[in-house]
Amino acid sequence: MDIAIIVGLDVVSGIASLVLISAGLAVIFGMMKIINLAHGEFLMLGAYATVLAVNAGVNIWFAMLVIAPVFVGLVGVIVERCLIQFLYGRLVDTMLATWGLSLVIVGGTTMIFGNTIVGVSSPLGGFQVGAYQSSLYTPFLALMALFLMTAVFAVMRYTRAGLIARAVMQNPDMAATLGVNPARVYMATFGAGAAMTGLAGGLLAPVAGVVPTMGAAYIAKAFITVVGGGTSVLWGLISASGLFGFINQIAAFLTTPVFGEVILFIAAVILIRLLPTGISGRFFKGRL
Amino acid sequence: MSAPLLQTSGLTIRFGGVTAVDRVDFTLKESELRCLIGPNGAGKSTFFKLLTGQLRPTEGHVHLRGQDISGARPHEIARQGVGIKTQVPNVFNAMTVQENLWIAARHKHTPNFATELTEQILTDLRLTAIAGKEVGQLAHGQRQWVEIGTVLAGEPELILLDEPAAGMTHEEVERTADLIQEINKTRALIVVEHDMQFIKMIAKTVTVLHQGAVLIEDDVARVLEDARVRDVYLGKGLAA
Amino acid sequence: MQLLNGMTGALIGSAIAAVGILTAPLYVDLFQIMQLTVFAAMAVLALSLGFIWGYGGILCFGQTSFFGLGAYTYAVAAINFADSTPAILLAILIPVIFAALLGYFMIYGGISDVYLGVITLTVSLILFNLVNSTAGDFYKIGDARLGGFNGMPGVPTFNLPGNPGYILTPEQAWMVTGIALIVVYLGLRLLIASSFGRIIIAIRENETRAALLGYDPRIYKLITFMIGGAIAGFAGALYVNWGAFVSPTIFALGLSAQIIIWVIIGGRGTLIGPIIGCLLLQWLVTEIGAQQAFDANFVLGAILIVFVLLVPKGIAPTLRDMVMSRFAERGDAPPDVSVKVKT
Repeated sequence: MDIAIIVGLDVVSGIASLVLISAGLAVIFGMMKIINLAHGEFLMLGAYATVLAVNAGVNIWFAMLVIAPVFVGLVGVIVERCLIQFLYGRLVDTMLATWGLSLVIVGGTTMIFGNTIVGVSSPLGGFQVGAYQSSLYTPFLALMALFLMTAVFAVMRYTRAGLIARAVMQNPDMAATLGVNPARVYMATFGAGAAMTGLAGGLLAPVAGVVPTMGAAYIAKAFITVVGGGTSVLWGLISASGLFGFINQIAAFLTTPVFGEVILFIAAVILIRLLPTGISGRFFKGRL
Repeated sequence: MSAPLLQTSGLTIRFGGVTAVDRVDFTLKESELRCLIGPNGAGKSTFFKLLTGQLRPTEGHVHLRGQDISGARPHEIARQGVGIKTQVPNVFNAMTVQENLWIAARHKHTPNFATELTEQILTDLRLTAIAGKEVGQLAHGQRQWVEIGTVLAGEPELILLDEPAAGMTHEEVERTADLIQEINKTRALIVVEHDMQFIKMIAKTVTVLHQGAVLIEDDVARVLEDARVRDVYLGKGLAA
Repeated sequence: MQLLNGMTGALIGSAIAAVGILTAPLYVDLFQIMQLTVFAAMAVLALSLGFIWGYGGILCFGQTSFFGLGAYTYAVAAINFADSTPAILLAILIPVIFAALLGYFMIYGGISDVYLGVITLTVSLILFNLVNSTAGDFYKIGDARLGGFNGMPGVPTFNLPGNPGYILTPEQAWMVTGIALIVVYLGLRLLIASSFGRIIIAIRENETRAALLGYDPRIYKLITFMIGGAIAGFAGALYVNWGAFVSPTIFALGLSAQIIIWVIIGGRGTLIGPIIGCLLLQWLVTEIGAQQAFDANFVLGAILIVFVLLVPKGIAPTLRDMVMSRFAERGDAPPDVSVKVKT
């Protein structure tokens, strides 16, 4: 029984972490139809911002929940203005440029901070389930994922920015004729996506080894989730995170975490063969 | 009695709530020349896409010489002998005119014979002078001719031409009409066109599509005098 | 006729290069020979991506998957067989099978370029994690321990075919690698000039038109992808032969990025471009490694961004266009520069 609870918790936390690490990528993909290959580095920057702020004496909650997303969000806006905006309409080139950016950020961070692991300790303790020990941080991450999805839903559904975003997702040309400036929409999108990724990076800081190359450990799962989910930001993300998080955790429990990832990938490739536009392209077409 | 060359029965495709092609029953005899007309959005190009496998029908069937090809892939239908010149020129831009035709001819033939066939068609279509030019650099009218040449090089038995005269000069239009008559000596064609002068030059039987459905199908003279056709097509055409 | 002339040029160039390769040990010291050997192995890898991306239009971000798979297959087979010849063949075969499986799901699924790029990149990331986790005695194929993040040291290098007792000297290994590069280059040139080559270029140009002419784009793309996998796997064997060592970093993101950068700066749609790009970048990375001021990733990323923004066609096609427009200016035809610059 205890083991069932622990595995259940694992599944929930697996799904939640997929939601968190993929949300920013999904927003950018849903709106701009590109995969930001510097996504892992945005996560890493969020983690570094948190660690540095905590080391400078800032409260860890404030560092994770405010400083990390704001800092990375600003980085996103700057990147969009200085790089992405020159490549509109060139999807492949945009992806290549973000890949270049990813290398620049890894290299730059290494030059400044060196290639050593830094970190902060987890702000929450643990709890006991029978003979098993678990961290309170796990349910906290699940709550954060839930909160993030609710926030995305609310913004998309009830605000003017969300309305514009939905219009652009449906049809970028149409949105332009409605008098919306696509350049500003893309800048805001990239900024918002980056901020969400920064938040995820901040939340990861206490549970991950923070190094310049840490992004690479997360992007495989984030890519699979977003590609499997398709272009509808919310339902694609939730359905893909749910499906893949479940498969991944069960497979990891039965084998090893690495094989869990392999099985996750195989599941995703089969899914793509059946649904080439992702889950949302088939089942949630035209939804949020 | 043998099956007709092409027959569609109840052919329908819906996009969301829009029915772009609506229960079309269409029959084409061997070596027939048919013109397909109708106002913008009548479903002509969509009908062609259904015939060539670029779209899958929601309902209904397409039979080619009695064989059901509905839902087959484009390359499978092309191998059954259906060739199409699409509305927006579909050519290999970075390749030369000669290479465009050669690729088409190569599908059925050895490389050497493909080269011969290409030369033949280049001569017939008077494209020899621009054979070495990249298609991407050509004017719209010339690209149309290249695409027609490409279709011919594939030696199809049924040729679909979607607006073959668009963007051509008067002299080119007349040449195109002659070419179509020439092709029709050995092969069947369906031609979609807006230009009424052009239709009068080539047409015997005309099918009019309106809002995805067949409005009337008759001899060209009668169709052009029909009041309904004037309403939906010529009336709008004059207003536009 | 034009093709034939191009082919003659390639043959003459290759003959000169072959003479250079075979005589290099006479005037270059052993350290430099070793350096050149790894450059040439990497250039074979560059050709594999240059072919499938530049001619097949397949945007593969994870060409290291096939390279690494070839390298590991060679290492495992060479340790078990104690003979490099079957190991080299397996190093080609296994990546081809893997490319066939992966390619089938992606290409027959009809996914977009963006998806294909991301999925292939993800494959390399996952292979990296997978091989990284194979430390310990449990992970062992025959006599070969995979060794996890420590890699596999002491892999037998190439021997004379049919004579496992005769191990090639470093100079001989260099000649084999250099000649292999030329053979792969000429083989691809011939392939591109063949009907198959014409057809895959046509599919790259306009998939719809190719299908409407009766060609099934999927099978052509899949075969192209598999050929790329074969060449990359072969490059992996050449690479292991150079260092007698393989580790999971062969799958790492940094190398995936480098291959892309070689092809971008060299130029898509040529074969010589990716080779030039590869040699330039290899040299540059070696130079950066020798100093402390700049991180190699930083420089590579900056180069990639600059090329994507300013020289998206790459060096070889840009030079070719410049020469062409010179000729056009001399001739009577007005130069059509505006169109070229725009695209």
